[in-house]
Amino acid sequence: MSLRSPLGTVLGTGSAKDGTAHWWAQRVSAVALVPLCLWFLWSLLSLPLRDRARVGAWLAGPVNALLMILLVVALAYHASLGISVVVEDYIPSKASRVFWLLLLRFLLVLAGGAAMLAVLRVALGRV
Amino acid sequence: MPVRARPLSPHLQVYRWQMGNSLSILHRLTGIFLTLGFLALCYWLVSIASGAAPYSAAMAVFTGPLGILVLCGWTFAFFFHLLNGIRHLFWDTGRGFEASQRRVSGWLVVAGSVALTFGVGAWLWCAGGVR
Repeated sequence: MSLRSPLGTVLGTGSAKDGTAHWWAQRVSAVALVPLCLWFLWSLLSLPLRDRARVGAWLAGPVNALLMILLVVALAYHASLGISVVVEDYIPSKASRVFWLLLLRFLLVLAGGAAMLAVLRVALGRV
Repeated sequence: MPVRARPLSPHLQVYRWQMGNSLSILHRLTGIFLTLGFLALCYWLVSIASGAAPYSAAMAVFTGPLGILVLCGWTFAFFFHLLNGIRHLFWDTGRGFEASQRRVSGWLVVAGSVALTFGVGAWLWCAGGVR
């Protein structure tokens, strides 16, 4: 039995269409990001950042490479979720809303994909 | 079909500035700002894999006057978004909604993020800057 009125069903109003999925995804990625971000901040503060060879050697370690890839994935996902809500809230026209949602998501996937490829190249010694 | 005027959610202008809405707005602003920081992180990672010259160029950007300023901003934005995010996760358990509790947790977030930002600055100062 549906709790929605027939009129509401026809008009497509009254539903966020994805229930609590977005809310949960935001929380799960947030929880994952707490240790990942702290690890990254600690690494930045303890690394000799001006020395590319030592930064590269650090990133090439399997644990660091894995954590960096997980950080990039979780950040891109969490940022995509959050920035989508901002776009949905503040861009009233449907056409430009869809445009910005697509553009920002593609940008995040592009940047995250390039970063993951870079980490893999360093980790596999293809630099 | 005639469109009835529907109730609108209160927009930003009609809010009295107070702890709740200020920190909520700042959470969003820091989130947007940190998304730019994510793009910078990706640029930095790509520069490591691209060779010595691109890496030096990236480090020159990040350690230039504008780079340092923006990195200070990202540091504060990160700590604020982290602490206020933990505040939200705590709220998700259904606790901490009393006015006094919200005020205390809000001020803890503000004080904590400012203190941690200065902590990172002090750490770098003692370490003699970026090595």
